[in-house]
Order: sequence, then structure tokens, then C-alpha cells
Amino acid sequence: MNYAQFLTMQQELGVLAVFLIVFLFDTFCGKNYRSAVTPLAIVCFAAVTVYGFFCCGTGEAFGGMYVTSPVICAIKSILNLGALIVLIQAIPWINSEEGAVRRGEFFELIFVTLFGMYLMISARHFLLFIIGLESASLPLAAMVAFNKNKYESHEAAVKYMFTAIFSSAILMMGLSFVYALSNGSLYFADLAETVALGGNSVLLITAIAFVIAGFGFKLSLVPFHLWTADTYQGAPTTVTSYLSVISKGSAAFAFLVVLVQVFGTVYSDIWEWMMYALIIATITVGNLFAMRQREMKRFMAFSSVSQAGYIMLGIIAANVLGMASMLFYILVYVFSNLGVFGVIQAIENKTGYTNMNDYKGLHKTNPWLSFAMTLAVFSLAGIPPFAGFFSKILIFTAATESGSVALYVLVLIALINTIISLYYYLLVVKAMWISGDEPVIPTFKSAGSERFGLWICCAGIIFLGLISCIYGWLYCVSNTAAVEGFFKMLS
Amino acid sequence: MILQNILIWFVIIPIIMLAGLALSKKMSQIRTVMVVCSLALCGLATWLCIDFLDQRAAGNTAEMLYCGDWMWYAPLNIKLSVGVDGISVLMLMLSAVIVFAGTIASWKISPLPRNFFLWFALLSMGVFGFFITIDIFTMFMFYEVALIPMYLLIGVWGTGRKEYSAMKLTLMLMGGSAFLMLGLLGIYWHSGPGADGAAHTWNILEIAHNGNIEKGWQYFLFPMTFVGFGVLGAMFPFHTWSPDGHACAPTAVSMLHAGVLMKLGGYGCFRIAIYLLPQAANDLAWIFIILTGISIVYGAFSACVQTDLKYINAYSSVSHCGMVLFAILMLNTTAMTGAIMQMLSHGLMTALFFALIGMIYGRTHTRDIRKMGGLMQIMPYLGVCYMIAGFASLGLPGLSGFVAEMTIFFGSFQDADLFHRIFVIAATCSIVITAVYILRVVGKLLLGPVHDEHHRQLTDASWYERLSTVTLIVCIAAIGCFPNWINETIQHSFFPIIENLKAAI
Repeated sequence: MNYAQFLTMQQELGVLAVFLIVFLFDTFCGKNYRSAVTPLAIVCFAAVTVYGFFCCGTGEAFGGMYVTSPVICAIKSILNLGALIVLIQAIPWINSEEGAVRRGEFFELIFVTLFGMYLMISARHFLLFIIGLESASLPLAAMVAFNKNKYESHEAAVKYMFTAIFSSAILMMGLSFVYALSNGSLYFADLAETVALGGNSVLLITAIAFVIAGFGFKLSLVPFHLWTADTYQGAPTTVTSYLSVISKGSAAFAFLVVLVQVFGTVYSDIWEWMMYALIIATITVGNLFAMRQREMKRFMAFSSVSQAGYIMLGIIAANVLGMASMLFYILVYVFSNLGVFGVIQAIENKTGYTNMNDYKGLHKTNPWLSFAMTLAVFSLAGIPPFAGFFSKILIFTAATESGSVALYVLVLIALINTIISLYYYLLVVKAMWISGDEPVIPTFKSAGSERFGLWICCAGIIFLGLISCIYGWLYCVSNTAAVEGFFKMLS
Repeated sequence: MILQNILIWFVIIPIIMLAGLALSKKMSQIRTVMVVCSLALCGLATWLCIDFLDQRAAGNTAEMLYCGDWMWYAPLNIKLSVGVDGISVLMLMLSAVIVFAGTIASWKISPLPRNFFLWFALLSMGVFGFFITIDIFTMFMFYEVALIPMYLLIGVWGTGRKEYSAMKLTLMLMGGSAFLMLGLLGIYWHSGPGADGAAHTWNILEIAHNGNIEKGWQYFLFPMTFVGFGVLGAMFPFHTWSPDGHACAPTAVSMLHAGVLMKLGGYGCFRIAIYLLPQAANDLAWIFIILTGISIVYGAFSACVQTDLKYINAYSSVSHCGMVLFAILMLNTTAMTGAIMQMLSHGLMTALFFALIGMIYGRTHTRDIRKMGGLMQIMPYLGVCYMIAGFASLGLPGLSGFVAEMTIFFGSFQDADLFHRIFVIAATCSIVITAVYILRVVGKLLLGPVHDEHHRQLTDASWYERLSTVTLIVCIAAIGCFPNWINETIQHSFFPIIENLKAAI
């Protein structure tokens, strides 16, 4: 066996190393040193994150089951960055009474899921893909159930668990249909040839529908979104933020890979229209349901449902711009969403309030928190000069590149939906700045790590859009992928 | 180097303003920052105007002067391109004057003065940025930058049903910008690569020179862009945000919004919808002539029956801004000159109106004209100013309104067919209706007996209120007395647009 091929998996190995360090330290260190797990894990992971930006070669391992390329490294680095912010923001919670007992487990589970997502992104063989998918979703159920003493947390975990298993089952069902058409290979490339030969057979259409449904559950696209609100609400806020950005971002990229590389030849015949309907439903229903939510975590759940719809625009565009814009959208979404969750979490940890009505008059007692929240929701709503504006516009531009009228209509629907989303995002702003003479939440000083996390998010929100070289970098790596034949099945 | 371009300073000074406000703690510091920066903007605009006229006099006939562009998002060929012609120069002047007047008028704003001026500065950054750019991406970005601060400015510092109005205004304007965005994307993808096979472009001049947007697409994109900007220009039936929004906004915001922001709509229609999509403009103008014609007459009639001073002026703005769009749609040089003059005139005069209404409201705590009367006896300075604003509005010669409206109607009458005639005559009637509602307010509010004896203790304008109003009145009279100066500044700007339109017939 050629052991050098493991070197292509540098980012995976890095996360694995951090996992092992944390695991061994947590298991064998003395009781007095237990609290050192948190800084240890974060420092090690920060090192891996920084390192990840530099290992951007191209390569493959295990006979092509695993590949890596600059664009894959880019999405992994984006996810790393998001996970790092999540970990930083998690410090006060994980050091509190609820989390302190199982501090080590929290970090271990996070690193395992991250490892799974990496495999899922890099896999070019469905066996490896399923391994990645499962190790990305099942440990998350344990994380959702982390608040041992809270009933909602268990309920959320059970819902998440069933959905995860169910969606994997559907996905595998779809894959088995494709497998039946093929000559017994699970490589993406082999299946793609089968699909190209297969034409529009009913079996193929069913298979694609099942695959899309399976991913739909992971990404909480409408109509597969019903678990989202309950799970997001019940889970500890840290885990919710992790679920909403990292899990979603990785699944979105894997979805792009599968659709383009395996089913690329039947793009306009079969799945463009499925995605078209799905995007309209996702954006619209997510927005309409978000309008009536007052519980912040449920609110963000529906908001992230609709945001997933916007991310899908990058997939339906199916071109280099679409890919780059999708990566950029995920990056901006990481910062904006984690900004919102950072504020929710800071308030929840100190005062226990999570309802929008409790945020009334927040600017009087906690001006900086309301400032950060305002920036973050403006960015989510796509208001310039914040990053969300650029990510939205770029993804719209990508979606209209092909020039078909149908896609213009889709973009118009998406644009009209940004107005609906602006309405409910402004409700948060209104609660904080406009309504309420008597603030509910008293003045408090949030923990240093939370403030640090929010500073990172705010800096990202302000500068990601204005500094165009970040998008330039993402475009460059996407272009490299296209040159190497990422989209070759489409043409 | 980017800073060597004079135009970019119109954005940098508001950024300095924002930074200065973020750093300042005391009210005096906040005021200093605001006054210094807004005076700097006025100075910059004046200098630009003089230098611009010099260059034109020296025979520089380029379409846009002070051009510069810097690559921003290279994969999409998005550049930050700046450049001004006579129209933009005047719009920048107008904005600078109104930002200055608005700053002075909100001298004693409370609560949260610092936050108020932060959003105010962001709003002005959007406005200035919009007028200096000549590429549709950056233009759209600045357009939205200018819109969103309105929500907080009205919501936090407004009066009356402020939450409702703020939300309505923001959503309607953003709804317009959704259509606009689609129109701009269409223009970008369909303007096609230039002759040299370069990438797609966002630059207005290049798109206009390429002039290769297919006719079918133009018919689709023109309504999108025109409605998108038309919402901000308070075009019927998308004007309903305007009365509520203006009535609830704080003084300085009403001034800036009616004075400058609504001009963004007219300017955008002119610069993007008409200039870039000439074929559709020729063929579809009639639809929008009908709508803007309705705006003019309907706005004027609505103003007649209102009793709230701010509602009266908001509806009067609908009528006057409708006239701007109406004149632009006539697609000839004279009417377009009138439209630009009307933008300036309406901007200054409405800002003056809203400033005065804010001052009167601050004293009497009511804006209902039925509860006030004889204010001329109590506060003669404000009364006289109000009369001047009113006369400008109904078109008294010597003030700005007369020149603008006369030019518009002369220009509009050039089209000899029945359709145009009917609408021009209807629009001309609005002058009479304007006189009705202006004189009604003047008679009830200023002249006549004092309605409420408590009002007798009220004081006249303080120094900062005088400064704010005098600034505006001087400008109004200047335009009224020396309209030729305006005409010289803008005359070159219409050639390319009219040429484009003629070529497209």
C-alpha cells in the first residue's frame, strides 16, 4: 500500500489529530486539568484552520475514492473558519454547569462531524460518501441532546436522529437505483457514464428525485424542512449555530458535486426543473413561516431554510460563477448567521431570554450587542454595504448568466422574497431599536470570548464584500476546478 | 491613485463623518464633525461646479468628466467607475446644500443624537455615491445604501405612526429595487461584449455605446428599471409610501428624503432606463406618461383635501416629482431640461417646506392646519419663509418653480399628437390646483386671526433655524433669477441621450 497517498488528506488528518489530542487529554489528564481541554482544543483547531489555507494541492487517494483540489480546500477552510468561530462562541456555555461535565465530549463530537463532512465533500465514490455522511450526521444527534436536563433538547435530538436516518435511507435508495443501472461501480465517474447512457428512464428520474430528497432533508429544503424548527429550538444554541451553518454549508457543496458530477448530463432534462421548484418552495415557504416566529431560534431556523434556497441558486446556475458565488455565499452566511447566533447566545447565557419580544429596547441596555445584531441581520437581508448584499447579487448574477427566461423569473421570485425576508429581519431591528420604553433585558457584560467571536463576525460582515479579492480567490479556485473538468458532464 | 480623483471624495468625506461620529462623545463634538464635514461637502461641490464650467468653457465636450475606474470584482468585470456630467454636478450641489441645511435643522435632535447622525451620514454617503458613479452595479449599491437608513431614522426619531410608516416605506422602496436589480442584471447580460470582444460591462457609457440590447429584452427590461426607479420617484400607483413616510419622518430626514432621495428616482430613470434602453423608451413611454400624468393631477388634488401640513407637502411632492418623470418621458431636450430644473427646484423648495413644518411643529406641537392660525403675527420670520416656499411651489416668477414648470410645459407641448396634448393640458391644470392648496394653507395658517391663544407665547426662529432656511431660500432665488446658468451647465448632457433615442426609432 502506498502510504504517501495519505498526505493528500492533510486537512482530514489535521482534524483527526486534534480529535485524538483532545480525546487522549480528556481521558488521561487529572481532574484538576480538565478545564484545560477548552483552550487546548481551540488552539489546536485554530492551528489546523490556518494550516488548511496552505494545503491546496490537487491529488487523489484510494484509487480515486478520495480527491482533493483547491476548491475543495477552499470550502473546507471556510467550514473550518466557521467551526472555529462556533467553538470560540461556545466557551461560556461549555464552561457552565450544563456543559462542564462533558466538555471533552463536545469537542470530540464536533471534530468527528467535521471529519465526516470533509470526507463527504472529498468523496468521489459513494461508499466513502456514505461513511462521511453518516459520521457527519449521527454524532450531531448526540450534540443536539447535549442539554441533559432539558426536555426539548431530547425531543430535538430524537427528531434530528430520525430525520437523519430517514434521509440517509432515501438517499441510499436513490443511489441503489443508479447502481442498478450501472455495471456495478459506485465511482461518481462510472455512474455518470451510466446516467449519460441511461437517458430519461423512469428509474433514473426516481433515483434523482430520491437523491435530491435525501439532500433536501440535510439542507432542510422545503418540503423536507419540517424537522428544522423544532430541532433548532431544542438544541443548545451553540449546536444550533453549528447545524445551521457548518452542516448546511458542507451539505450544499456535496450536493453540488453529486448533481454536477454524477447527474450532470441530465441537467436540463431532469434535475434543473426539480431544483427550480424546490428553490421557489424553499425560499418562499421559509420566508412566510419566519414572519410569524417570535422565538429567536425558531425564527433563525426558518430564516436559514430560506437562505438555503438562495445557496441552491448557485447549484441551478451550474457554472463557474455559480460555484464561486455559492462558496462566497456560504462564507458570508457563516459570518452573518454566526453573528446573529452569537448575540442570541450571549443574551441566553446571561439572562435566559430567547424571545424577540424580550429584545425590546435592547439598544438602551446593551448597545454593542444590538449593533452587532443589526449588522448581522442587515447582512442576512442583503443590505449594502454589508457582505450579504454582495453575496446575494453575485449569486443572482450567476443564476442569470445562461440567459434563459425561466431563470430570470426564478431570480425575480428570489428578489421579491428578499423583500419578505427584509420585513422579518427588520422586526428584530424594530424590537431592539424602536419599540419598548422599558427594556426587558438588563445591562450585562458578556463574556470575553463571546465578544471576540462577535468582533470577528462583524469584521467579516463589513469587509468580506468590500474587499473583492476574497471573491477573486474563490473564483480562481472554482475556475481551476472547471478547467480540470468539474463541469464536463454538463456540456 | 484612487484618492486623486476629486469625485471619490464625495464618498470619503461621509466616511470621515461616520468615523468622526463614532469617535465623538459630546454633543458639541458631534455638531462640529457634522458641520465641518457638510461644509466641506458644500465647498467641494461648489469647487467641482466651477471647475466643471471652466472645463466646458475651455471646450472639453467629453460626455463625462473626471472619469476614473478601478477594478473591483474582476471575474464579473465590476468596476468602481466614476464620472460626472452637468446633471450630476447639479445634483451633487443640491445634495450638499440639503445635507448642510438638514444638519443645521436637526441641531437639537434627541434622543441618541450620535446614532441619528450616524445613519444620516450613511444616507448621505449613499446619495453622493449614487450621483458620482457611472456603472450600474455601484450605482445600485449606493442606491440601497441610501434607502435602508430611512427605516431607523423614521422608526426611532419619527412621530405619529412611525413604525408602520417606516416599514411601509422601506419595504416599498426595496420592492422597487428588487425589480430594478432584475432589470440591471438583464442589461448587464444582454448588453453583450463590446466590439473588441471584451467582457460584459456594467459601465453605463460602454453599454450605451455598444447599444446592442435586443429589442425584445428592452421591452422586458425597461418597465423593470423604470418602475424600480419610479417607486422612489413616487410614481402612481407606487407612491403610497411617500405621504406616510414623509409625515412620520423627523425634519432633517424629510428634507433629505424629499429633497434628494426622490431625485434618485428621476435621475435613475433618466440615466438608466431612458439612456440604456432607447427603443423601449420610445415605444413604451406612453404607459408611463399615463401613470405619471395621473400622479401629477392626483397628487395635487389629494393635497387639497389634507389637513396635516406634512401630508399636504408629501402629496405635493408626489405631484411635482410626477412632473419630473412626466417631462423625462417626453424624450426631448427642452422637457428634459425642465425636468432637471424641476428636480433642483423641488428639492430645495420641499426641503424648505419640511424644515419650516418641523420648526412650526416643534413650537405648536400640532401639524393640523385647523388648529392653527395667524402664525404670521406670532412668528413673522417663519411665516415669510413659508410664503416664499409656497410661492416657489406654485410657480411665481423669480423663484425656481416658475422656470422649471414653464420649461417642462414648453417642452412637453412639442409633441403634437392628441395623446400628448391631452396629458400635457391635464398636467398644466395642476398648476392651478397647486395654487389652490398652497394659498389655502397660507391663508389659514399664516394669515387670519390667531386660532389658539396659547400660541401667542411662541418664539420666532432661532439662529440655527434662520441659517438653515436662508441657505435654502438663497438657492431657490438664485435658480429663479439666473436659470441660464443651470441651462449652460446641463445642456451638453442631453446630446448623447437624445441621439440614442433618435437612432433607435
